[in-house]
Amino acid sequence: MNIEELNSRLSTIKNKLIAIEQKPRNRIYLLCEAENSFAVSKFLFEDVGCRFVIATGIDADDCFEILYHFAYDQLGCLITVKAFIRDRENPAIESITPFLPGAEWIEREIHDLLGINFKNHPNLKRLILADDWPEGVYPLRKEAKK
Amino acid sequence: MKQTVKKPILAVGPFHPLQEEMEFFQLTVDGEIVTDIDVRISYNHRGMEKISETLQFDQVPFLVSRICGICSASHPLAYINAVEDIAGVTVPERAQYIRVIINELERIHSHILWVGLAGHFIGYDTVFMWAWKYREPVLDLLEEITGNRNNYGNVKVGGCREDISDDIKPKILKELDKIEKKMEMLTKAVLDDPVLHARLKGIGVLSKEDAIKYAVTGPTARGSGVAIDVRRDDPYAAYGDLDWNVITQPEGDVFAKAVVRLLEIFESIKMIRQALKKLPGGPVTIEVKEIPPGEGCGHAEAPRGETFHYVRSDGGNRPVRHKIRAPSYVNVPSFKASCLGGHIADVTLTLAAVDPCYSCTERLAVVDQHNNITHNYETLLQRSREKTAQIQKVLGSSGLKMEDL
Repeated sequence: MNIEELNSRLSTIKNKLIAIEQKPRNRIYLLCEAENSFAVSKFLFEDVGCRFVIATGIDADDCFEILYHFAYDQLGCLITVKAFIRDRENPAIESITPFLPGAEWIEREIHDLLGINFKNHPNLKRLILADDWPEGVYPLRKEAKK
Repeated sequence: MKQTVKKPILAVGPFHPLQEEMEFFQLTVDGEIVTDIDVRISYNHRGMEKISETLQFDQVPFLVSRICGICSASHPLAYINAVEDIAGVTVPERAQYIRVIINELERIHSHILWVGLAGHFIGYDTVFMWAWKYREPVLDLLEEITGNRNNYGNVKVGGCREDISDDIKPKILKELDKIEKKMEMLTKAVLDDPVLHARLKGIGVLSKEDAIKYAVTGPTARGSGVAIDVRRDDPYAAYGDLDWNVITQPEGDVFAKAVVRLLEIFESIKMIRQALKKLPGGPVTIEVKEIPPGEGCGHAEAPRGETFHYVRSDGGNRPVRHKIRAPSYVNVPSFKASCLGGHIADVTLTLAAVDPCYSCTERLAVVDQHNNITHNYETLLQRSREKTAQIQKVLGSSGLKMEDL
């Protein structure tokens, strides 16, 4: 698959996306709402054949962002699914671990550090935080004490 | 009134005075067969991603080179790739080549270290001693080039901090010749040894399908027939200008991973020779004054696989978010696929074949159905060595024949 073919494949899921951002050096960002990120990630992994790299959780000013980073190695592309979680009170997103076991740890880590609920995660227990860490305190949230 | 007295509990688990790092594997066994594995990490979480937000862009490489003593060239390089991605910087060519030389020297010493440890796990302690002996000159070279045996502190946004002087080139080439000769002998000895074939083949198999599902990288993926390598797929530094091969083996067992690493040492030697020959003149750095707002992804092929860094900037002088993923973070969970159904005598070896940090494999405990700890690291190591000895007995071999080493 060349870059044009990849782009046309990506445009088939346009209805689930807010925008497609093409950046230099083969970096592509697919922006979507949280409820669509599962479908977009599944499409990248199963239909396009991308490799899962890692996910990043960010406490942005007005929402949480979960970035699922994928690589399309044949073209040296890094494709990032940027999902926005608008609900700050009960932040939740569908887990991708059921079809991608390689994501188990990072979703648990983001759950620990940002308090995001990964729905349907098979094993959403603590990974990073100590057993005696208080419930409901999330170190990577903006309000966390320095 | 009766008082309840809390009894002191002494944990001899993930923390132990003889161990360097904390990681805990709990294996459930049925007789001799492993039926489940539970991994606990983060006993020593250092919060580097958060610390990074408090440092200036130029200070972060010194922090991330301390993530791992062995990968102390690849972490800063992946970070720099991400920042240069945001800033759109074009780095002087000479710096690109120096980055290759330092990173490939790192790969050579890391792979030799792994060979030694693998030998130790199966009871070939001579291999362990040899490997350490031949790794030493590589560290000496790194010290001479960068001033440090580890934590080189050489790479920066826009180039490199130190140049490689022309005087040292002949010495590097001479050492490479020596290392190549020794590694040829070692590789031949490993590939020809019937005991190693019997001991390592078909052990700890990670199928290609599982390798993709668990998203493993580096020699762990290439040993399972997944031909990925960031150096080729998304060339950074000067890798795009060099002629070399991505080594893969289809079997997915411990032997395949050993072969991949051994052969990769020769590819690295080849790359350093080419880089030294082609090393262009000119400056090694340009000045980068400001990092504009934006986000960037950078990755680099570390000895254990792809190291990935994501950096976001708001136009200030520090990253507002910095995500780091080391290769072991995706390689270690694949134990769930490669250890289950295997024999407990093979567990230390299967875990070591992924080359997690050395001490990762020393945090083993085997639990039987009654939750009693029946084996610890020592007895498991013993089991592994006994199995090799039995094979040697059957095959009538007395170990590797490497008189010349």
